[in-house]
Amino acid sequence: MSWWNNQAALELFPLLLEGFRITLLATLLGSLLALTLGLVFAFIDRTAPEYIRRPLGWVLQFIRFTPPIAQLFFAYYVIRPNLGIGVDALTVGIVVLGVHYATYNAEIYRAGIEGVPKGQWEAVTALSLPQGRAWFGVILPQAIRRVLPSLGNNVIILFKEVPVLSAIAVTEMVRVGKEYTSDHFAFYIEAFTIAGLIYLVASYPTSLLMRKLEVRLGN
Amino acid sequence: MGDFFTTFADALPQLLSGIRITLILTASGAVLALVLSFLFGLMSRSRSIMVRGTSRVIVEFFRGTSLVVQLFWFVYAMPIVTGFQLDDPVYAGIIALGLNYGAYGAEVVRGGLNAVPQAQWEATIALNMTPLQRLRLVIVPQAMAEMIPPFGNLLIQLLKASSLVVLVGIADLSFEAEKIRLTNATEATAAFSISLVLYFVLAWLLNTGMRAWEGHAKAKLGRPVPRKRLLQPVRADQGGAV
Repeated sequence: MSWWNNQAALELFPLLLEGFRITLLATLLGSLLALTLGLVFAFIDRTAPEYIRRPLGWVLQFIRFTPPIAQLFFAYYVIRPNLGIGVDALTVGIVVLGVHYATYNAEIYRAGIEGVPKGQWEAVTALSLPQGRAWFGVILPQAIRRVLPSLGNNVIILFKEVPVLSAIAVTEMVRVGKEYTSDHFAFYIEAFTIAGLIYLVASYPTSLLMRKLEVRLGN
Repeated sequence: MGDFFTTFADALPQLLSGIRITLILTASGAVLALVLSFLFGLMSRSRSIMVRGTSRVIVEFFRGTSLVVQLFWFVYAMPIVTGFQLDDPVYAGIIALGLNYGAYGAEVVRGGLNAVPQAQWEATIALNMTPLQRLRLVIVPQAMAEMIPPFGNLLIQLLKASSLVVLVGIADLSFEAEKIRLTNATEATAAFSISLVLYFVLAWLLNTGMRAWEGHAKAKLGRPVPRKRLLQPVRADQGGAV
């Protein structure tokens, strides 16, 4: 085990955990944005007229077909300087990841809404419920319930995508590891093995939970 | 706007050299991923718990850890552990992409094989086919029709994920765009816009190719898909770029 340095590992672990806090923060806020914005996209797709839906569809497809890193560079170096207000790299990163995954979540919500039996819509009409109550009281609770596992999987995927934020110098966990190894010209194995294990420990149980949820919700 | 087109002409050759690396990463990564998908997918149907378990562990491991971490590991840590230095980090990129997407693809293969009706398996046994004949002549052609759409999604994700190599300093399309910005910040807008459009065009071409293949595979099984539907992109709902 000459290539493993215990002391470096012990020194790295708390540093990486510190970076992991940023990773978790980005995951949490990014997913929150992705979940809400995705629902907004799906809602527009369902209710807006054709001349809004079509261009929106193209934009969403463009976002889905281009890599988050390229979007990140574009947002950070092209959009951000023109905003006129100071926005830090972490915020840019959270927004880019949030919007990217919102385009995927929109498809999930869409499928969920389409899966709600027609009778429910008829019941809403028969009871002459107002639009708001119909969506939030009847349709969405059923639609979201059945797509919860898919939404959860996208949260896990976003979580694993957070290290791309290091491209614009956000000090999430992988960046911390990279900086430590560059400072010492060593300890690559320790840094990236521990980072990998932290990822595994966090994401594997969550994905098992999603699978269980899938079985429980019966789809 | 005149400025934009001047910088456009300046930036293009450099971006095209980046595209070459992006294409190499995507194509080689996809071939490796396809081979591993079938290997792990078939292993997961084995009767031996050892074989099944091995495939399960590998698949869960590569799906559970972030591709970025794997990339760093293959580029920086593997040469130290194995004492084997790949002469070009592009190879490490290909290995990381191939293993990661191979793990995702294994689930596609498993699902595709499971979707073939049990009677088809029984028929191949009744006809006294060898295991290889069973797969090649009967099972895989049917399973393939189901597997192509999810494979198409994975392929586009792989193309997008190939941009992660920027983080380990491999000179792909995104890297060249970033390099243009570093040399001349005024060209940043042109460089990053063009790189986004190029990625989109590549993804669109891959999608079209996969849809054509899907139409072909389904037509061979007597289940033709309407042309109009094949022109639309596959509905993708999992981001999975890592």
